[in-house]
Amino acid sequence: MPTAAYLDYLDRLEAESIHILREVAGQFERPALLFSGGKDSIALTRLAEKAFRPGRFPFPLVHIDTGHNFEEIIDYRDELAAHLGEKLIVRRVEDTIRARGLREPGGKYPSRNPLQTYTLLDVIEEFEFDACIGGARRDEEKARAKERIFSVRDDFGQWDPKRQRPELWNIYNGRIQKGENVRVFPISNWTELDVWNYIQRENIKLPDIYFSHERQCVVMPTGQLLGFSEHLNLDESDEIVQRRVRFRTVGDSTCTAAVESDASSVDDIIQDLLLAKVSERGATRLDDQLSETGMEDRKRNGYF
Amino acid sequence: MDLLRFITCGSVDDGKSTLIGRLLYDSDSVSLDVLATLEKRRATAGGTVDLALLTDGLKAEREQGITIDVAHKYFTTPRRKFIITDAPGHVQYTRNMVTGASNADLAIVLVDARQGVIEQTRRHTLLASLLGIQHFVLAVNKMDLVGHEEVIFRNIVADYQAIAGQLRLPNVVAIPLSALNGDNVVRRSDFLPWYQGPGLLEHLESVPAATDANPNEPRFQVQYVIRPQTEELPDYRGYAGRIQSGTYQAGDRVRIWPSGLETVIEAIEVNQQEVAAASAPQGVVLRLREDVDVSRGDTIVPTAAHPAVVRELEATLCWMDERPLRAGRKLLVQHHAATVKAAVTTILQKTNIETFESQGTDEAKLNDIVRVRLKTALPLVVDEYHQNRVTGAFILVDEQTGATLAAGLVAATDPEYFTDEVPAEAAFSI
Repeated sequence: MPTAAYLDYLDRLEAESIHILREVAGQFERPALLFSGGKDSIALTRLAEKAFRPGRFPFPLVHIDTGHNFEEIIDYRDELAAHLGEKLIVRRVEDTIRARGLREPGGKYPSRNPLQTYTLLDVIEEFEFDACIGGARRDEEKARAKERIFSVRDDFGQWDPKRQRPELWNIYNGRIQKGENVRVFPISNWTELDVWNYIQRENIKLPDIYFSHERQCVVMPTGQLLGFSEHLNLDESDEIVQRRVRFRTVGDSTCTAAVESDASSVDDIIQDLLLAKVSERGATRLDDQLSETGMEDRKRNGYF
Repeated sequence: MDLLRFITCGSVDDGKSTLIGRLLYDSDSVSLDVLATLEKRRATAGGTVDLALLTDGLKAEREQGITIDVAHKYFTTPRRKFIITDAPGHVQYTRNMVTGASNADLAIVLVDARQGVIEQTRRHTLLASLLGIQHFVLAVNKMDLVGHEEVIFRNIVADYQAIAGQLRLPNVVAIPLSALNGDNVVRRSDFLPWYQGPGLLEHLESVPAATDANPNEPRFQVQYVIRPQTEELPDYRGYAGRIQSGTYQAGDRVRIWPSGLETVIEAIEVNQQEVAAASAPQGVVLRLREDVDVSRGDTIVPTAAHPAVVRELEATLCWMDERPLRAGRKLLVQHHAATVKAAVTTILQKTNIETFESQGTDEAKLNDIVRVRLKTALPLVVDEYHQNRVTGAFILVDEQTGATLAAGLVAATDPEYFTDEVPAEAAFSI
């Protein structure tokens, strides 16, 4: 007979996440799952299958499309939604920029990451979503480490770290007033390695860019590699090189750096990670390096 | 590999954040870029690398050099995965300490060797013990600042034993250490040759984990009803939830509470596969033989099991709201997936956190621990908290704002064991 004493830590994390997803379904009228095409949100869809099958997901998948995409991710997204048979809603940052008269980011590496917040808030308003499920993890960054699993946001999507609700036991309080909504993070307690171990155990197919491939890259002044794309504003000083790389995270292609790697399978990546000495965001997220409080500031303003 | 969740508690400046930083640092759980950020700050501020910066994540915390909110950190050794909850030491953030303790298997109570046991030590130990933590580590920190003297350590341990005895703490291990220098945290210390016990990490790796296994009587609460209503599955009805305690088997005769209706578990499904049995804390889908009325928040238990199904109960509350609680207040009880209207009919007594004794009171202020009597509009299916840490727990919620007002622990469900009412005036009479 299976008893809890024999449950692996991955089973425990999985049970916790499924419990959280079912609480979202039970407590909210119009939830949504924010799907980025990254491994964390892909893992979330697997957890949602375990939570709700043979029924349908009680929420659509919502993708905020920055327009600065890796093509593989868009293909993967559409295939996955079709395979799951679930509703996919896509809203483009480009349209938000036009509708709101926002300024396109400038500079060499014009990231639309900060602008995603506007599109996200707009889509929440459009569909009156009362809860948005995201794949953020507490191990990613220091400010994230203090985020609740059910995180209440005001009309403007703002996070006030000093006014967070105490989160007791595994009782999640999703009661909100009109205009407020909740961000829910079912894999808060997973680490990057946990997600990869889960992907391996569940045999989850990922977009190819997570695995080693040849790519034209721009060498940044920091030595990091950025995948070459038409969205970059390069000049003569920039060096373009061909490297064997993979991506550890998937975001706006203009601010998501690649790492040199020969890891061509999930097993290889897990080995890589066990040896890795640089954290996930540190290796790949240029926007967090602008200041030490980059993430906290963006979250206060409604970012995920 | 298993999982241990622990909380660190202690007073301001006892070095909690430094201790966690040291655990992460010495177990090679800090990556190079994070170290580089620390180095950069050291270069500007001078001195040694400040390990506390690994956990103090918010701007205000770094500015004030204190921890405001619960931070979660993760690390893995070859033997175990750990989830650390770093809870704030300031009195005004006690509610966060309670939050952290509610999910922990073990508490590290930090004491500054120069100060010994102080009020906060008592308070935090009381809270951790109240919330049902089974394993305690008394970490006597800053041994380097008292010349690594054994007698100082022994005196502090003796003081703490008095607390442990009063609260009947089941398992306490005392460890002398220096978080700053790393003595007895991950590495054993050459400066404390008189100490023969385990180092901190060694102890954390070997203490029994997984208290959420919960081998109590079976309890299962419905979170969500799965009804595909498709051509292939027109009549499928699955009751999705997490087993809160005990073991369920297909074929079990069960009762649905609070309705009391009886039926049989037709099948237990995990990830759409039928299994013969499943145990806490697994998430499952139950299918029932009869088409009985079951909805979110209902509890399904074997007919032989006896949860309390009550509309009146006594509970211990950790009050977490700025506005004090007074008798007569209407609010919501959220008992996991069940939310019902309720009223606090009587505030019976308050726990004095210095003496651990009860005294009469007519209100509960922020951070107070009180015993109250509650009446609910609909029956709740509960157990006493000391019997079942899952089904004995609830929160109180403000109906208008949705704010979480209190942590609640079911203390008594049988009127025969209710407290004799203490008139509120008694506390103030001379």
